[in-house]
Amino acid sequence: MAAEAIKRENSNFTAKLFTFLKYFILVFACLIVFIPLIVVFLGSLKNNTEFLSSNVFALPTEFEWSNYKTAFIDGKVLLGLRNTAIIIVISCTGTIITGTMTAYVLQRFKTTFGKILKAAFLLATLFPAISMQVTVYRIMNSFGLVGTMAAPIILYIGTDIISIYIFMQFLDNISYSLDESAIIDGANYFTVFFKIILPLLRPAIATVLIIKVISIYNDFYTPQLYMPSEELSVVSTSLYRFMGPYGAKWEIIFAGIVICIIPTLIIFLALQKQIYAGLVNGSVKE
Amino acid sequence: MTTKSVKTPKPINGRLSRSYIDKMVTVCLFLLIPTVLLVIFTYIPAAEMVKFSFEERDQFGVDVKYVGLQNYKTVFETPEYFAAFKNSIYYLFGSFIQLGLALFLATILCSKIRFSNFFKGVLFFPYMINTVAVALIFRRFFQKGDGITNTDGTLNSIITLLGGDPVKFLSTEGLVNICLVFVSIWRYIGFDLVMFIGAIQSVSPDIYEAAELDGANRFQVFRYIIAPSIRPIILLQMILAVKGAISVYEIPFIITGGRFGSSTFVIQTTETAFKFQKVGLASAMAVVLFLIIVVVTIIQKLVFKEDK
Repeated sequence: MAAEAIKRENSNFTAKLFTFLKYFILVFACLIVFIPLIVVFLGSLKNNTEFLSSNVFALPTEFEWSNYKTAFIDGKVLLGLRNTAIIIVISCTGTIITGTMTAYVLQRFKTTFGKILKAAFLLATLFPAISMQVTVYRIMNSFGLVGTMAAPIILYIGTDIISIYIFMQFLDNISYSLDESAIIDGANYFTVFFKIILPLLRPAIATVLIIKVISIYNDFYTPQLYMPSEELSVVSTSLYRFMGPYGAKWEIIFAGIVICIIPTLIIFLALQKQIYAGLVNGSVKE
Repeated sequence: MTTKSVKTPKPINGRLSRSYIDKMVTVCLFLLIPTVLLVIFTYIPAAEMVKFSFEERDQFGVDVKYVGLQNYKTVFETPEYFAAFKNSIYYLFGSFIQLGLALFLATILCSKIRFSNFFKGVLFFPYMINTVAVALIFRRFFQKGDGITNTDGTLNSIITLLGGDPVKFLSTEGLVNICLVFVSIWRYIGFDLVMFIGAIQSVSPDIYEAAELDGANRFQVFRYIIAPSIRPIILLQMILAVKGAISVYEIPFIITGGRFGSSTFVIQTTETAFKFQKVGLASAMAVVLFLIIVVVTIIQKLVFKEDK
């Protein structure tokens, strides 16, 4: 009897220890995520003297909001946000229109040309995107598109093959009988696409939108290469430019970082579930 | 993928049916833009890349000379070019640590735990943060003060607080790569975590319940239920890790600019092309990278075929 009780007590103790360890590990992991970010937030509210003299974890004695003003206006983050928004809206619209149309034709009509194109898209996923710019740059240049927003927009629309695959995957599960009965009723393929297929593709469109917005907002290489001028700054390149004039003024750089993280945080908090689902759906397509 | 297709009447007696024309018009119109974009911005540059890799040329194409395999020789024989590949090993090693950690955290988060959504959210969030912001945050995090304009960054402040001496994290060869790999893990682990949690949760809860009733312990549940169900995801992530490790660019480029032995092959390629204007050599480097990716992809296909 007594031995049993001790055993039960022991297993109870192990279970508690396990639970404690689990929370300890999770909290520790979260601290590793938080510490670099908290330092940024605290630092963005200090003035230069305080930033240089105080401990990195010390709270600011007085909130120096002017850092944010400097970052926003002089640092062109505001301009960057505007340009990024324009590029995102145009590229996403373009990707969705061309992507759904391509997927519809490739998935529904088994033409020889369609098969060749599908293979061509598949092969294109293997080209190393950044290294390819060595020659893509020349072509952009010959069209006179370097130094315009058109260059990144065209690349975001034209080289997005993953989206086409997501749409095709989704179309696989939409019954052909829907198309067929509409055709029998005298509808043409345009009507079928716009009235039946496109509305049904809404969940796939949401997935593509999520992946697309995150990747464009975070892209640094394309805008840096094709839009070097300051008026065409996007969020990434305007932040990158901070390293020059504000090289030693980390409090202003930090304010810029916070401004750039806020839209991401809002979108993340609002769409958390959809983002997780979108990424999982998007990656299994490889 | 099903092989079924929308049935369209074939042309009868040489006269095309209305719906056949309709179909062809749709196919042409819908595929026009994507095909044009694919040819102009993917295939023409790819073909040019191969052609240029046998030439000596600059960005403007003045004084082009055919040099045969010379560029490829340079890539493999010049230590500074090939050395960049060595740095991929740091990232590859890092991504395996990342996968292991993510799997470990995912199993914890899928057990009975409070606030699991909060933890998941926090651990995932860095993946959403802008690349440049991440790079700048860690440029400061690892900084060592020079006593004049810059003070010690976060990590060195902690070290000083604990009584140690500040370390030159970002300007010591070897150490700099470990720091950069840490940044990469910090940023991307959330993605793996979400993938693994998705896979673990796709197993029906009945199976876990049955296992519990049968008296399976935690390790057995992991070994016999969780591990097999997420095997494809792990394999996929491992292959992506290899591709990722040889294509690292942004984080080292912004944090160190590739200095102190932290350059990567892609940084080398873009610098060769745009800074030193050696387009021929850069094209050869891009072709080499492409060939490596092709080999990895073939291995991926073979592995997955076997898996099925």
